[in-house]
Amino acid sequence: MIFVTVGAQMPFDRLVRTVDTWAADRRRSDVFAQIGPTQWRPGHIQWASFLEPAEFRQRMNDASAIVAHAGMGSIITALQFGKPIVVMPRRGDLRETRNDHQIATARRLVEMGRVHAAFDEDELMAALDQIDEMASGEVIRDCASDELIGAIRDFIHAR
Amino acid sequence: MSARATNRKRRVVAIASGGGHWVQLLRLRPAFDGCDVTYVTVSEAYGADVLGERLRVINDATRWNKIGLVKMAAKIGWIMLRTRPDVVVTTGAAPGYFAIRIGKVLGARTIWLDSVANVEQLSLSGQRVGKHADLWLTQWRHLAGGSMDNWKENNARIDGRDARPTVQSRASAGPICCGSVL
Repeated sequence: MIFVTVGAQMPFDRLVRTVDTWAADRRRSDVFAQIGPTQWRPGHIQWASFLEPAEFRQRMNDASAIVAHAGMGSIITALQFGKPIVVMPRRGDLRETRNDHQIATARRLVEMGRVHAAFDEDELMAALDQIDEMASGEVIRDCASDELIGAIRDFIHAR
Repeated sequence: MSARATNRKRRVVAIASGGGHWVQLLRLRPAFDGCDVTYVTVSEAYGADVLGERLRVINDATRWNKIGLVKMAAKIGWIMLRTRPDVVVTTGAAPGYFAIRIGKVLGARTIWLDSVANVEQLSLSGQRVGKHADLWLTQWRHLAGGSMDNWKENNARIDGRDARPTVQSRASAGPICCGSVL
């Protein structure tokens, strides 16, 4: 299964529509999308508006790959399960989110080798064609860096 | 009486809005080992992430919903009065802003950790509340205006007088970076 998520807060028609078009073209029946408040309704893929956290995690765990907006909740959860992830950042000028921070996030995480990114619909179509060959990433540990944990612990226990 | 004087567990309020903010807060959990933690977020559904721990739920609101923000601030105020935390830790956004402002009034020490999603500039709420936090953190070195050494030096110097570091010294320096949730 390919699991698609756009978070719960804002619609993201471009991503959902592109994945649906791709799945219809390629006759893929193994795509499930959590589309949040997206108004546009997929015609081909399976979907739900919202998932409870337990089901969200289960679907992540069962997926072979993840397609998501460039939100950190989606990205970190995918990395914790060691799944390959393709992100398409939301654009500020299209009011998909308040500014272009997702574009910057996606660029940085690509540099760090954490995610694959598609910056428009054509790139997303191309990435989807590659998605079955994408290797699983390393599973990241379930907590922050030792440096950050240590700094916060020290602060909490400082006099 | 301070936690140190009575030897009781440190009381920590760990608070964040949903989605990425909450996911990042959860990745700090080992830092709370041995503390009496109250988690605060915007949905009961997140209780599954902190089974067996205390969770308080508040309404969600963004800066475009003034009535929602007032309600949120009131709920956080009530939770803070009931909990009386020694330390407030937040990854944002609006709930973290209120928790730090209210926490300071109640004498708590406060940590603002700017979301890792803020790569090019600090979050809006972080820019507003960072200078009020006792420890203001970014997860990106290029956004840091201070260093942990400065903070430790400052802390050590003032610890000698048994007072907290001054807000001004860190506000001028901006946030510091000491690692990330990734």
